[in-house]
Amino acid sequence: MRLIAENLSGERGGEAVFDGIGFVLADGEALVVTGPNGSGKSTLLRVIAGLLPHSHGRIAFEGDSEDFPTVASACHYLGHQNAMKAALTVQENLQFWRDFSGNGRLGISDALEEVGLGGLGHLPFGYLSTGQKRRAAIAKLLISHRPVWLLDEPTSGLDKASDARFAALMQDHCAAGGIIIAATHLPLGLEGVKTLEMGRVHAL
Amino acid sequence: MLALYLRDLRMGVRAGGGALTGVLFFLAVIVTIPFGVGPDLNLLARIGPAILWIGALLASLLGLDRLFQADREDGSLDLLVLNADRHMLALTVFVKCLAHWTASVLPLVIAAPLLGLFMNMSPLGIGAAALTLLVGTPAIVFIGAAGAAVTVALPRGGLLISVLVLPLVIPVLIFGVTAAYGAVNDPDPFTPPFMILCALTMFLAVIGPLAAAVALRSGTD
Repeated sequence: MRLIAENLSGERGGEAVFDGIGFVLADGEALVVTGPNGSGKSTLLRVIAGLLPHSHGRIAFEGDSEDFPTVASACHYLGHQNAMKAALTVQENLQFWRDFSGNGRLGISDALEEVGLGGLGHLPFGYLSTGQKRRAAIAKLLISHRPVWLLDEPTSGLDKASDARFAALMQDHCAAGGIIIAATHLPLGLEGVKTLEMGRVHAL
Repeated sequence: MLALYLRDLRMGVRAGGGALTGVLFFLAVIVTIPFGVGPDLNLLARIGPAILWIGALLASLLGLDRLFQADREDGSLDLLVLNADRHMLALTVFVKCLAHWTASVLPLVIAAPLLGLFMNMSPLGIGAAALTLLVGTPAIVFIGAAGAAVTVALPRGGLLISVLVLPLVIPVLIFGVTAAYGAVNDPDPFTPPFMILCALTMFLAVIGPLAAAVALRSGTD
């Protein structure tokens, strides 16, 4: 299993944000994307997920099986927003995404237990604190299986304990042969990861 | 897909869903008409089907701006687009339209017979108007979805959707009202315009979601 990006360039509103980005990630590898604000970290993740078009280059996913024919189908995308409905309970939100995304993995209560929200499934999502909301969104990564996790500032709003718990979850994912690409300012607590520093080209 | 339908239905019915707003607007329009037109019962009976249709049309345009905007604001739309390989995006849009119709527009159809009484319509006329609304209103939602997808990124897109969509729903309105009249006015036929109304709904059930899917795909930023 490999995720390949070659000479990728992305633009926003007709203006090039980055170009010439390339990397190859194999099973169990993680890539941390860093760089100053506006250097195109989020844009890169959205380009990889196929949510934004790329102006040049190529992005491909070579899976071991036929389950994930395209890059988009192989990706979990955790963006700035949590993609949960405030009016529905945490349980209902997660159940929906589990049914909709397919490839079910952990059950809802197990996933909530993993992120330290055990027993809070019955609360409306809107009642949770910022950090708890983020943890519920992280639980979304666990309920259905995707080999590639695209994480955009995944730990924003998390406290230290949750940070450590999330780092362990990411390590488990990599150990199981998954791929992680994370855009962040904060150290993620992952060891032996590749890093990609955005914005250097523009700084020169 | 069933999960998406149920989720959107729950969202529509729960607090803040706005399902009741449409019915209240519909009620306000229909109740105001007799005061404005005057107590001429024959005139009211004659314009009744048209007024019901116009009221229902405007009321069903009301909640359309939230169809995709709510999903866009909380990031769900990204994930719906990301899952396009599993669930064709047009199909996702179609299911969202169905859920929106059930939660926000079906109550209008159910309220229509009651409001028909305000317009001094005959039982047959009321039945025909309700039937044409039942068949015709999905078409409004399907076109509306395309309008909602185009304006999804605009903070106050509601009025723009109405302006974009209104010219396109005029045929639905014409055939709906014609069929409703045909049921009560003897020489006018009921079946041909009713069949065309059914055809319009089925046609737009395909075109609308496809157009909306294209707009959503190019609108993610």
